[in-house]
Amino acid sequence: MKNGMLTIFRKELARFFGDKRTALAAILLPGVLIFAVYTFMGSALSSQFSVDEDFVPTVQAAALPDSLSTLAGQAGLEIQPAAGVDQAKALIEGQELDLLAVFPADFDDQVAAYDASSGAPAPAVELYYNSASVDSSAAYEMMSALLDSYESSLSNKFDVNPGSQAYDLATDADTAGTFLSSMMPMLLMIFLFSGCMATAPESIAGEKERGTIATLLITPLKRSDLALGKIFALSIIALLSGLSSTIGTLLSMPALMQMEGNVGAAYTPVHYLALCLVILSTVLFLVACISLISAFAKTIKEAQTYVTPLMILAMVVGVTAMFGGGASASLWAYFIPFYSSVQAMVGVFALELNWTHLLITVASNLVYTAMGVWGLTRMFNSEKVMFQR
Amino acid sequence: MSDLILDVQGLRKTFRLSAKQQKIEKTKQKVKVAVDGLSFTARRGEIFGLLGPNGAGKTTTLRMLATLIKPDAGDALVDGASIVSQPERVRSRIGFLTSELKLEDFFTPNYLYDFFSDLHQVPDEVRKPRKQALFSRFGIDQFAEVKVADLSTGMKQKVSLVISIVHDPDIIIFDEPTNGLDVITAKVVTDFLQELRGQGKTVLVSTHIFSLVEKLCDRVGVIIDGSMALCGTLDEVCQGKSLEDRFFALYVERMGKDA
Repeated sequence: MKNGMLTIFRKELARFFGDKRTALAAILLPGVLIFAVYTFMGSALSSQFSVDEDFVPTVQAAALPDSLSTLAGQAGLEIQPAAGVDQAKALIEGQELDLLAVFPADFDDQVAAYDASSGAPAPAVELYYNSASVDSSAAYEMMSALLDSYESSLSNKFDVNPGSQAYDLATDADTAGTFLSSMMPMLLMIFLFSGCMATAPESIAGEKERGTIATLLITPLKRSDLALGKIFALSIIALLSGLSSTIGTLLSMPALMQMEGNVGAAYTPVHYLALCLVILSTVLFLVACISLISAFAKTIKEAQTYVTPLMILAMVVGVTAMFGGGASASLWAYFIPFYSSVQAMVGVFALELNWTHLLITVASNLVYTAMGVWGLTRMFNSEKVMFQR
Repeated sequence: MSDLILDVQGLRKTFRLSAKQQKIEKTKQKVKVAVDGLSFTARRGEIFGLLGPNGAGKTTTLRMLATLIKPDAGDALVDGASIVSQPERVRSRIGFLTSELKLEDFFTPNYLYDFFSDLHQVPDEVRKPRKQALFSRFGIDQFAEVKVADLSTGMKQKVSLVISIVHDPDIIIFDEPTNGLDVITAKVVTDFLQELRGQGKTVLVSTHIFSLVEKLCDRVGVIIDGSMALCGTLDEVCQGKSLEDRFFALYVERMGKDA
């Protein structure tokens, strides 16, 4: 006995992988592109908002008191006396000077004489800077910090976190988990959906459009075998495409988020297994959905048009991962298509694996897929759907 | 006479007309009757021709027999299998060829032959010699590894023909077998149909070409406006006149106007 489903499955894969250019474009390209774009974005972002390590701001000061001139020297700030306040302001506007500090003439004496409980206005220091210039902003930060520390050194009653030990007790795993659980579910939904979009409309609406499906329909092939063979083959292609995008994202993560080392290190093989189960069942469900829509459409273009709202829905549901602080706790959430997958993924990434939720998600996805296969079989059997012009 | 292999009983098929189609056809009727109670039989080892003008319902009839579409009423037994209740058995007994059935451009004739052999569950040891014989019979062997997209129209048609009979069916149904073919390829096809008859196969063809019917067919059914106007052996139908004259006489009789 030859298996009709297997024959269709092999043909679909032969069709996809036989065309080297399409196969490369659909599988390798997304991963490479995502890696390149995210890495570039990460380094562009960090260079935009930070200054060089050996940066020395040009600072001028009017009436710089002796007390601060020593401190500034220790902090690595070289402060020149200002020739004139207006002149210095003009230089800052033109981004030729980073900072101007204007002190009262007898700053040290005023500070020494000031009594905070008197209610009188405190002696004021004015810092002029240009927020449009990264260097100027950095100089402003440095100078403010210097003045703050000087101020607190004058009346030190208590310190907060004075030592150099780690006060933030979040482990690297927690940090990575929180971050990944808010980002990855949405990205994965998009990647998997794009993977399905790249093949399912072509394979089903395309066969209708080109008239090749009728050639299959006059053979004794079971319609359910046709539906299953296509759904399995398309799922494998979508998975490969999604895998490539995911690897690209994870590799670019350190550069994007300025995180150190391997972001996936916190996860155990059990987490990976759980994630694989969710992804696998989600892809089957997505392919079944898109296949149904494609079978209904007359042309590839029409199919893509009909699928777009579904893609937007999947993305919007993916965004829910960013809110709500972790995976949903209510059981019913894991019966809702799309939402269940996203929430189950949040659970895995946040290291809060809940097998009940996970298995409900996988099972409900499989049930919806089975319904999709049944529907697709019905559509392959319907002359109205298959041969409408 | 040889035994009955195809028994068509009162086939009827209607199509819903859209508002636009109603305007084109200048009718207020929402439903168009494409085939209206059609009955005929075909025997083993004969070529049966369905003759009729465009839109008479020939293709619709053949598509129903090939189980691509379902009849509204009536049934047909194909080698004992009902097209209504046993479509899968029917599909394994017939070879169906029409210009509507396309082959995927991306694949080679060799791949497609094996693929369709698998779908028809042809055992490997049968498939190989049969493929070799058919490929060399139609000169496909030199093009066996050329993608269908790169083949000439005639070669594509030959490949389609070969693919439609990978399972060596007893009944072969051809819709307009020589349409769009040059005279050489058309002759290859008609010669092959006669060869199939010689092997005891039943061939059912639809056409609007009188000469093709006169040359090929043992028996002929004249379809006009969805129903069988006349059916019998070529001699019975012609009654001493040429087929063309008989057809136009029938047409005027049926439609009540000059063709």
